[in-house]
Amino acid sequence: MRIAVIGCGAVGSLFAANLGTLDDLEIWAYDPWQEHVDAINANGLRLSGAGEVVGRVRATSDPAELPPTDLGIVATKSMHTSGALAATAHAFADGAVCSVQNGAGNEELIAEHVRQVIRGTTFPAGHVIEPGHVGWDTKGDTHIGPFEPSPAPMEKVEALADACTRAGMPTHALADARGAQWRKLIFNAASNAIAALTGRTHGQVAEPPTRELAWAVMAEGKAVADAQGITLDMSPEELFDHAARKDVAYGHKPSMLQDVEAHRATEIDFLNGAIVAFGGRHGVETPLNRALTELIEGMEEAWR
Amino acid sequence: MAIERVCVVGSGVIGSLYAGHLARSLEVSVLTRREEQARALADEGLRISGKSDFTVRVDATANAADLPDFDLGILATKATQLEEAVAPLGGRFDGATMMTIQNGLGAEELVRSHGGWSLLSAVTFMSGVRHGDTHVEYELDTETWLGPFAGTATYEQAQEVEALLVGAGLHARTFPDLRPAQWSKLIFNATVNTVAALTDLPHVSAFAAQAHETDLGNLVHDLMDEGKAVAAAAGVELHEDPWEMNVHAVRRGETLAAEGHYAHVPSMLEDVRAGRATEIDFITGALVREAAKHDVPVPLHEAMYRLVRARESA
Repeated sequence: MRIAVIGCGAVGSLFAANLGTLDDLEIWAYDPWQEHVDAINANGLRLSGAGEVVGRVRATSDPAELPPTDLGIVATKSMHTSGALAATAHAFADGAVCSVQNGAGNEELIAEHVRQVIRGTTFPAGHVIEPGHVGWDTKGDTHIGPFEPSPAPMEKVEALADACTRAGMPTHALADARGAQWRKLIFNAASNAIAALTGRTHGQVAEPPTRELAWAVMAEGKAVADAQGITLDMSPEELFDHAARKDVAYGHKPSMLQDVEAHRATEIDFLNGAIVAFGGRHGVETPLNRALTELIEGMEEAWR
Repeated sequence: MAIERVCVVGSGVIGSLYAGHLARSLEVSVLTRREEQARALADEGLRISGKSDFTVRVDATANAADLPDFDLGILATKATQLEEAVAPLGGRFDGATMMTIQNGLGAEELVRSHGGWSLLSAVTFMSGVRHGDTHVEYELDTETWLGPFAGTATYEQAQEVEALLVGAGLHARTFPDLRPAQWSKLIFNATVNTVAALTDLPHVSAFAAQAHETDLGNLVHDLMDEGKAVAAAAGVELHEDPWEMNVHAVRRGETLAAEGHYAHVPSMLEDVRAGRATEIDFITGALVREAAKHDVPVPLHEAMYRLVRARESA
């Protein structure tokens, strides 16, 4: 079986390197960063930290080089989904493509280019150390399931889950993965936007004076999930408090805060902006998520 | 009351603009917070550039006990520093009229708790840029609006101060009741200052942009609607629509930018950039307290309050 990882940054590398340890799989990675591609092809893709791994991966920065592929894993930043899929869709004419990106709305974009789509949400995190070498910061589970409007057959979802799990990335194939995705989306939307606007860590966001705001922002997200008939697999509030513990991730700077500090474009459209957009489609008012979206977009405007 | 001696309390941008202009024709003393600034002002005088251009001698001290008598006190500190500045004036300067110029609500009540002076309420739309302890650039030469506070001063006293400011080369207008104007500015400030402080944007055209669903102007508009609902519940008929004020200020800002000036940086953004405490409690805090008093929901202003508070402590 051939699997291609589209977007081989931190999270993409966790999948590619681990999958690259299995003998029965051929793993490809597409990423525009040439030094990273060259290092992977020369020495393999290395992970260190939560696990020490070197995976055999064929990397390319030229999408035309990708052969016909059974399964795809999309791990680009959300704002690059459309561009990356437009370039690589030819490889998935008969394949199924799974998003493991942040937020909601990526599967819709993938489905504009590929017929068989898998919805996914992943917990593991990492950071790029140098070309060809990624730090594995956090282990965790991945949940995947057919993307309802343009679904991949369940056998392919299960095949991908099986491959990832055997490779050391525990992955659950679900008939409905929306509950896991929206739990993480609701949690992330509150933590990321408030942290980015205030410059505070996840644990600090969970304290006054922003605790009440975070809870109100999550309540809006839950109402939007409810209106879609989604049953969350866990309470986002409990997850929020769990992550805020000193021994878990109190001092963690959510990725949007890191983006804002580096004056990089944020994933706001796929987090709070997605809650606003899905709310609009289902008649649910989301004034706080809308306000946070407008403030973050204003922030991006400030350094443009 | 003939006003011959003026004391300006606070020597930031606004205090300096009053002190400098008035000192050209009157005896003006300035109460500074820092000894160093008082010495510099006494040594070098006060330079005003920009819309006006002159240097003038002023008396300055950081010690309230050294202040000479005065007829009019202009209280031009930040709202956060008013208490500390006014307390040492308590029990002195009988017969003086005090004019509060602070952002937000509640300054008059605070001053009143320290002395039985006649009080004038004022708001100002002037702005400037500080270029050091003794030099302020006069940026926007817009009006100061004033009126008697709650029967403690008369309309005529307010008019007299208007004449004094106009005579000094500033712009001023007297109102029988300042509350409608004060509330217009309160709603404007609670919105523009907090949005600027959180986004790091000066007051630019994005504040009036509403073309797309999540354009910043939509948030500005929604915040102002919440504020207007509070004013209505408090029985205040606004002097000006704060949204119109916003659109107007942004357009004027664009004209200035086209002439090569920088966009106006609201004071709360300056405070956040400098890592100083902001006036959030006196502006958004005042609005949220009034909203609670009148049972008006203001979820967006509450969110802004919490975000700015958190940002201050980051």
